[in-house]
Amino acid sequence: MNIYVLLKKTFDTEEAISVSGNQIDESGAEFIINPYDEYAVEEAIQQRDKNGGTVTVVTIGDEDSEKQLRTALAMGADDAVLIDTSDDLDEGDQFTTAKILETFFEGKEADLILAGNVAIDEASGQVGPRLAERLNMPFITTIVKLDIEDGTAEIEKDVEGDLEKIEVSLPVLVTCQQGLNEPRYTSLPGIMKAKKKPLEQLELDDLDLDEDDVEAKTATISIFLPPKKQAGRILVGETGEQVKELVSLLSNEAKVI
Amino acid sequence: MSEKILVIGELQQGVLRKVSYETIAAAKQINENVEILALVLGDGDLQQPAEEMIHYGADRVITVSHANLSNYTSEGYGQVIMEVMEDEKPSSIIMGHTSVGKDVTPKIASRLELGLISDAVAIEKEDDQVVFTRPIYSGKAFEKKVMKDDGLLFATIRPNNISALEPDSSRTGDIIAKEVDVKDLRTIVKEVIRKKTEGVDLMEAKIVIAGGRGVKSAEGFNALYELADLLGGAVGASRGACDADYCDYSLQIGQTGKVVTPDLYIAVGISGAIQHMAGMSNSKVIVAINSDEEANIFKMADYGIVGDLFEVLPLLIKEIKLEGALVS
Repeated sequence: MNIYVLLKKTFDTEEAISVSGNQIDESGAEFIINPYDEYAVEEAIQQRDKNGGTVTVVTIGDEDSEKQLRTALAMGADDAVLIDTSDDLDEGDQFTTAKILETFFEGKEADLILAGNVAIDEASGQVGPRLAERLNMPFITTIVKLDIEDGTAEIEKDVEGDLEKIEVSLPVLVTCQQGLNEPRYTSLPGIMKAKKKPLEQLELDDLDLDEDDVEAKTATISIFLPPKKQAGRILVGETGEQVKELVSLLSNEAKVI
Repeated sequence: MSEKILVIGELQQGVLRKVSYETIAAAKQINENVEILALVLGDGDLQQPAEEMIHYGADRVITVSHANLSNYTSEGYGQVIMEVMEDEKPSSIIMGHTSVGKDVTPKIASRLELGLISDAVAIEKEDDQVVFTRPIYSGKAFEKKVMKDDGLLFATIRPNNISALEPDSSRTGDIIAKEVDVKDLRTIVKEVIRKKTEGVDLMEAKIVIAGGRGVKSAEGFNALYELADLLGGAVGASRGACDADYCDYSLQIGQTGKVVTPDLYIAVGISGAIQHMAGMSNSKVIVAINSDEEANIFKMADYGIVGDLFEVLPLLIKEIKLEGALVS
């Protein structure tokens, strides 16, 4: 099977966010593989081990994205592709990303494409479905189970807590939800091996795309932090008194019950 | 053809989700002087939900009923929505940012090469331009987004953030049943297993009672359910509580998990890791109950009780019952 994983690097979930000059301040921030994409990498490896084939991890980013790709290779992916847009694009949106990936996937004959169901930074969840549509491939989002046999995928999809059992023929694009698997940690031998695995670097030019082809359809006009919360009130007194006061505050002051 | 905005009414087991009404309010915020056309899809008699959409402010409703719409598939819903778009040529489309909305809107946007602004929590007009505010980095920051050209305005809105209009049961409007041959579905939904507890949807709940590791066991959550029932709210949990098997992952609130913005969020035995805060920090009023006065959650809380939750919760339940008795 030709298995592909779409991967994005994101801020570490521990990072506090600050804004400078209308942009998220990235200086000094730790970057990780988007947590939902990690499920995708893990699932791709497990499916390959069961069904044979190769796992290729693809990211759109800058030269620093190599770090996350090497991590995916150390987990067990076979090869990686970095589409470096840092020289060509100042800004893009989900249309941009999907368009670049669509071009990348031309002629690739992917059997299975996995992605995270959402990236924890911009959190639109659009790229997977957008790409599948361009490739004329069915897609299933937020999957928590995947079994492939004889070209058919049996899938369990999380629907806000309910579960749907879905059947679909390959090729298919799926996006991964928490609960699908436990992503493995990288081992030292894995990390050593990853250094020698192939990592292809591409730019828009290599895909015969120019800036205009992938121009964003939407624009961000400002970025801001939520207003700082006023220090709250810690209630005092006997527990019973505190509870009485709380109920009174919630119904009379905050008017939420 | 006069200008119109298309909103999608979403049914869940035959009943309209609250966010459906909120899409109508959102449409009015984009332009209150144009026709609001609602589309309701499903399998069976859709007259009642169609009438409800009108009561909540829609001017006209198209219903499409088909056996292949009994379960949501992106292909089935996509076909219908695109056919209605083709016929009606709306200037904007608004849908809820729900499991269904998240799934079908990028498909349509991609097919028609459109921009799409997902998960908006506010809409405003600035010099005739429609500006959408949406959370990024799990609510640790916000961005304002616009469409770059004058083409179709396409957005999904987060449940519980744009208030629905007051329903008016005397409002009337045309309800048109449209035939669409929904076909060639490549994905087959074979079974739907309902795991969600009966009652209020976590993402649409006005009140959320969330428990963490401090709740100590699955049984410990019973008091949270009792309180949630009493207040008409829903129960959520921290990752710690889910990892410890006190409850299902579907209840997890946080950076991974659900992001909720209720009017009242009561955090019980939750320490307040940054990942958890990302999922609830934009709640309107936050109450923290925790035995550790140093717990991070108190920094975010409007009201805090430092104490043993197993002592506080029964008292709280009793007091709210009393309060309820006084009011009614």
